[in-house]
Amino acid sequence: MSLRHLAYDDPGNPWFSWRYVQDNAETIRAALGEHVSLTAQAVLVAALVAVPLAVLAHWYRPLTGPILAFSGALYTIPSLALFAFIAPYVGTGTTTVLIGLVLYALLLIVRNSLAGLRQVPAEVRDAAQGMGYGRLASLLRIDLPLAVPGILTGLRLATVSTVALTTVGDLVGHGGLGTLILAGFRNNFYRAQILTGTLLCVALALVLDLLLAGAGRLLTPWTRR
Amino acid sequence: MNPVEQAIVWLNDPLNWTNPGGITDRLVEHLAISAAAVALGCLVAWPLGLWLGHRGGGGGLVVVVSNVTLAIPTIALLAILPLTFLGFGKPAVIAALAVFAVPPLLANAYTGMREVDPQVRDAAVGMGLSGGQLVRRVELPLAVPYLAAGFRTAAVQVVATATLASFVNGGGLGQIISAGFGLGIAAGGGQILAGGLLVALLALGMEVALAVAQRAVTPRPLRAGTARRAAAVEAAPAQVGAGARGAG
Repeated sequence: MSLRHLAYDDPGNPWFSWRYVQDNAETIRAALGEHVSLTAQAVLVAALVAVPLAVLAHWYRPLTGPILAFSGALYTIPSLALFAFIAPYVGTGTTTVLIGLVLYALLLIVRNSLAGLRQVPAEVRDAAQGMGYGRLASLLRIDLPLAVPGILTGLRLATVSTVALTTVGDLVGHGGLGTLILAGFRNNFYRAQILTGTLLCVALALVLDLLLAGAGRLLTPWTRR
Repeated sequence: MNPVEQAIVWLNDPLNWTNPGGITDRLVEHLAISAAAVALGCLVAWPLGLWLGHRGGGGGLVVVVSNVTLAIPTIALLAILPLTFLGFGKPAVIAALAVFAVPPLLANAYTGMREVDPQVRDAAVGMGLSGGQLVRRVELPLAVPYLAAGFRTAAVQVVATATLASFVNGGGLGQIISAGFGLGIAAGGGQILAGGLLVALLALGMEVALAVAQRAVTPRPLRAGTARRAAAVEAAPAQVGAGARGAG
């Protein structure tokens, strides 16, 4: 009689294990799905709010200071505190996480969009005015297309930092891969789970960043000439 | 009772301040962890940034370091480092936070050295200054506004990020919020809100205090075009600046 097989079956605690990935494919996919969906929704909503804000700040100069100061102050507040402010009122659902993520992405997109709009050469704007473009037409046909590189820089920064920040949503139980990582930590410091979550998180940030960079190249063919 | 009233009641209970693990304890712990992390970050990032800036190469490395750390979730590092040789406890938390202090410190040290007017450098060399003297007496003093700006960004970010240490039971003010969530929203709503308020006030207070300190250490002639803004504009296309930070 030998106890050797027991020694061989000792699971240990490796940093990475395919066995873990295979056995828990469903859980991992669910966490990744939640992460992607939260990130995409947050960046989308943030962009829908931030770009008009940047246009507003661009049109009415006196508004620039307050808009940047307000989003800057929001950005200084730690994420945990922000979630703490929202949770008692909104509850522990994905909405709380989304509101927090949107507020953080806001500053990055507003600031970079504004920088993009400011970079539009005055001659171009003059020429548009001379050709009879009104304010709105000029915005849609001249200013915004030329500001695409700036807006895109903001979107990319916001996306990458939102992917990382979504993990904090674990506080209210919706942290996507963050929940996976912390569950691994709390569950006997399961290294394979922690590292799998981390790697997926970094890979997700990288993939989304490349996708946006590619979209930017397609949207601004003139920058390559 | 709504959460705001609950929070006021919670903050007005002296025991919540003086108990072991109360606000005072946690605040001291928070500041100690943050200070150690920023100091460690400075120790690593400043010599490297100054050296690269002095030599004039390695800008790519600075950008890569910034981008990679931006993509790593703070929580992941906080969960991974205690399982390495660092072991559980403060050193792992401090090391994790220091990683996120490095990019602003490094980028600003590098930019500060690169922004020194080449003519000034030429003049110094012409006057017979050696490499070391050039760094100490010309480049470093001119880079101080950038170093101060980087320090401010890093310190504010670390103080904010240190709240996340509570996820792995690493201490700090975030612990108050986590404990509140542990009680549930109905019972702990006030504590959650109070903890959030304390953390937010600490971060904003740090920002204001360091802004004043930054102004104080910046020589008067260099104040006009604030270095912080210049650094952000400079770095934005390369995705270093624009105020981006990790998962604070």
